[in-house]
Amino acid sequence: MHIIAFLIRRALQAVIVMFVISLIGFSIQGNLGDPLRELVGQSVSEAERQALRDEIGLNDPFFVQYARFLGAALQGDLGTSYFFKRPALDVIMDKFPATFELVLGATIIFLSLSIPGGIYCAINREKWIAKTIMTGSIIGISVPVFLTAIFLVWIFGVELQWLPAFGRGETYEMPWGWETGFLTRDGLAHLLLPSIALSSIMLPLFIRLIRAEMMEAMGTDYVRFAKAKGLSTARVRYVHAFRNTLLPVVTVGGLMIGTLIAYTILTETVFQWPGMGFLFLEAVNRVDTPLIIAYIIVVGLIFVVVNTIVDFVYTLINPMVKLPGAKS
Amino acid sequence: MAMLEIHDLRVAFPRGKKDEVEALRGIDLTLEKGERIGIVGESGAGKSMLAFAILNLIAEPGRVSQGTIKFHGENLLDMSERKIRTIRGNRISMIFQDPMVTLNPVLTIGTQMIETLKAHQRISTREAHQRCVDKLKLVAIPSAESRMDAYPHELSGGLRQRVVIAIALLTDPEIIIADEPTTALDVTIQAEIIALILKLCRDNDLALILITHDLGVVAEVTERLMIMYAGKCVETGRTRDIIAAPKHPYAAGLLKALPQNAQRGSKLYQIPGSMPPITALPSGCPYHPRCARADDGCRAAMPPLENGVACFHPLNENAEASI
Amino acid sequence: MITWRGFLNRFLSDPVAIGAGIVLLLLVLMAVFAPLLAPQNPYDLMQLDIMDSEMPPSWMPGGDDRFLLGTDAQGRGVLSTIMYGTGISLLIGIGAVVVQGILGVTLGLIAGYKGGWIDAFLMRLADIQMSLSTLMIAIIALALFQAAFDANVYADYAIIMLILIIGIAEWPKFARTVRSSVLGEKNKEYVDAARVIGLPARKVMWKHILPNTLTPVLVISTIQVAEAIMTEAALSFLGLGMPVDRPSLGSLIRSGFEFIFSGQYWITLYPALVLIALVLALNLLGDWLRDVLNPKLRRGDD
Repeated sequence: MHIIAFLIRRALQAVIVMFVISLIGFSIQGNLGDPLRELVGQSVSEAERQALRDEIGLNDPFFVQYARFLGAALQGDLGTSYFFKRPALDVIMDKFPATFELVLGATIIFLSLSIPGGIYCAINREKWIAKTIMTGSIIGISVPVFLTAIFLVWIFGVELQWLPAFGRGETYEMPWGWETGFLTRDGLAHLLLPSIALSSIMLPLFIRLIRAEMMEAMGTDYVRFAKAKGLSTARVRYVHAFRNTLLPVVTVGGLMIGTLIAYTILTETVFQWPGMGFLFLEAVNRVDTPLIIAYIIVVGLIFVVVNTIVDFVYTLINPMVKLPGAKS
Repeated sequence: MAMLEIHDLRVAFPRGKKDEVEALRGIDLTLEKGERIGIVGESGAGKSMLAFAILNLIAEPGRVSQGTIKFHGENLLDMSERKIRTIRGNRISMIFQDPMVTLNPVLTIGTQMIETLKAHQRISTREAHQRCVDKLKLVAIPSAESRMDAYPHELSGGLRQRVVIAIALLTDPEIIIADEPTTALDVTIQAEIIALILKLCRDNDLALILITHDLGVVAEVTERLMIMYAGKCVETGRTRDIIAAPKHPYAAGLLKALPQNAQRGSKLYQIPGSMPPITALPSGCPYHPRCARADDGCRAAMPPLENGVACFHPLNENAEASI
Repeated sequence: MITWRGFLNRFLSDPVAIGAGIVLLLLVLMAVFAPLLAPQNPYDLMQLDIMDSEMPPSWMPGGDDRFLLGTDAQGRGVLSTIMYGTGISLLIGIGAVVVQGILGVTLGLIAGYKGGWIDAFLMRLADIQMSLSTLMIAIIALALFQAAFDANVYADYAIIMLILIIGIAEWPKFARTVRSSVLGEKNKEYVDAARVIGLPARKVMWKHILPNTLTPVLVISTIQVAEAIMTEAALSFLGLGMPVDRPSLGSLIRSGFEFIFSGQYWITLYPALVLIALVLALNLLGDWLRDVLNPKLRRGDD
């Protein structure tokens, strides 16, 4: 497929997704809670309320109101949080590093275990270690993330008291304002259990996926031909077979982003991790509409951006998709 | 002593927990330097199994259960993996059936060629690159230099098979095993590839094991011929002799089924029935259910290979009508 | 295809399948007959006594013989709430899969049979929806639903909302499976024959193609019930699913979670074990069914 056509289609899809999300966000704004009450309280007469509605544009036609919402949103104005009395986007972005580092920690864990694990299970299908890993993986798939998280808190946090089970611990503020837990001992200790919990559902899925793809690749003619060329076992496995398992792994990885974000909400709830997901649930309980909208829009944006990056990586590692101008 | 001597080669696959079935049931074969031999049979006869057994590449859970494969007097089956890799792809190389799936789709032609040279020789990348381009030119690939950076999907099937042939020739091997090298190609390309293989073998004094189900190709290229049926050799000898006067009813049937041997206006001949799978072989001669000459003796015992034919009732030279 | 006898023989020769089948059967029976079997009716406020709250299981010091697995903060017997809660989890899981199945099979048939822009549109929609993930869609939808309505209204409609939302969010799995088997069947001779004799498209789809797509639908249904139960549990754990007074397994875990820190682990642990057993049994049976009926389907490809 031509890369430009591909990128255009991708961009179009991203715009459509964001458009739908903004529509959802906008319709929430109009229907959830009463923006007037949040502004002026309830001790205002009906006439005054109507005047105010006119003034802030609540009586304008739908399209005008939506255009105003979209215009503001494009400039980063998603309203002011009722509870925090600060711009909703700022409140969300303050929590972004916590969630990002949780996802990063989990990704490091599940990738560094599932790739060697999957390859091992594909190559040593009949060994008992491989069979144990495969049995473990179906159990892993059957234990919901929040239960893994609860068990980790209970065993390592409450009973054994080896590791902290709440919050981020000590963080270090980077010059550009990013609070990181990766640079302090305490921060890393706090990161460990939540990251393991979040990775717990991805790990068995990826082990099974990599094993299946690797087994398929090992049975192909090109791997047989590579062997017939007299190449070393390592080169046959890791250059010829494993390179071909990367494409489906990247594709499935891309499909998992939404799931991963959803699981951050669960993980953050159990560990009271001060991230975006925890904030979102608080906002739902407080009916803090601007914050709910801001979260949905930010998550939608993250989703679209990451998906586009994944697609781009896919085109880079898949020789079937060629950059324009490259000779063929 | 011949260059390659295969004696009583048997390949077995497990069936159930204890039982095994044999896919190759005692094959003998010799090959001299520069000699071209054809191996013919229907699919499932064990032809490809033989090719992979020579390179010691029988896929799990199959295994060579018996026999020897001596290459210059050394048994390939006893060698360590390290030692056999100095022969596999270096002194004996192989051309696969379908060029569309033989080359790795995510590696460039250059990578797949250079790695082969580097696996067998201490050679600089620059020198390896030049040798690869030379071989691509040898197999008549146009603009060879630029093909090194191409990916397999950018080449047509015919070109890909030429690349595979070039890879097989890279290390100047002594034997090439070609497993149905033209089956997957367009008819127009088939003749070109066969001519190329024949020319390369003659020019370089290369021995060839050509596996095919096409007797026409065999007649054109090879000097000797082995006909396989259900994991056994049923007839072997000089290609010219067998084509002129097959002794085994199966060989005769294959020849009669060739379109060029059909009478104009009459229906094409077809051997009745089909080859049994190795898991359900009949008693005695495995060909007897399809054979018009079979009698109780054929049903009771497997005829031994004598004078190049394994049949109790071989055809004599002008008995073709009665198969 | 496989005969019923062959199917039964395969089942009886596989200890894992038998084990999973027995566990599932026991859990289903326990849930269905909960009103008869349960020592207590946890919905009946008259039967609850706050003096009974937070009791440990009966074999531990301080335990009471009336409550085998102890009690929760409201004095409800954990065993009784698990029996009733399993029923609610199963009801939502199965209900959601029925919705998924109806939607997915219909849309998959249409996409596969009609092709063209309808197919392209439905499959793009399925792609986007799948990558947004069921759980994310459900969390947002239920969060909005909860924020928009009064807590009592919400409690009344929670079961229906959960069934509908999990059902609608997961239709693409069925649709894709059905679509690919329709594409496999579409050009076969019997379908051509039906078209040639002038049967209308709808009849060809329902009478001739649909029956041939049912095997893969059956295979994924089992695993989908497991996934729906897990999704429901996650939603209830977040407080977006079943309310505390009509708890599913997920809401039981939620209500017990905070007591872990004061040592009353049983309020969480036993519902959690039942949830894991239920999902694991369904997953093992689903994997087994797939291996027996359709070895080509594989988890992880989708």
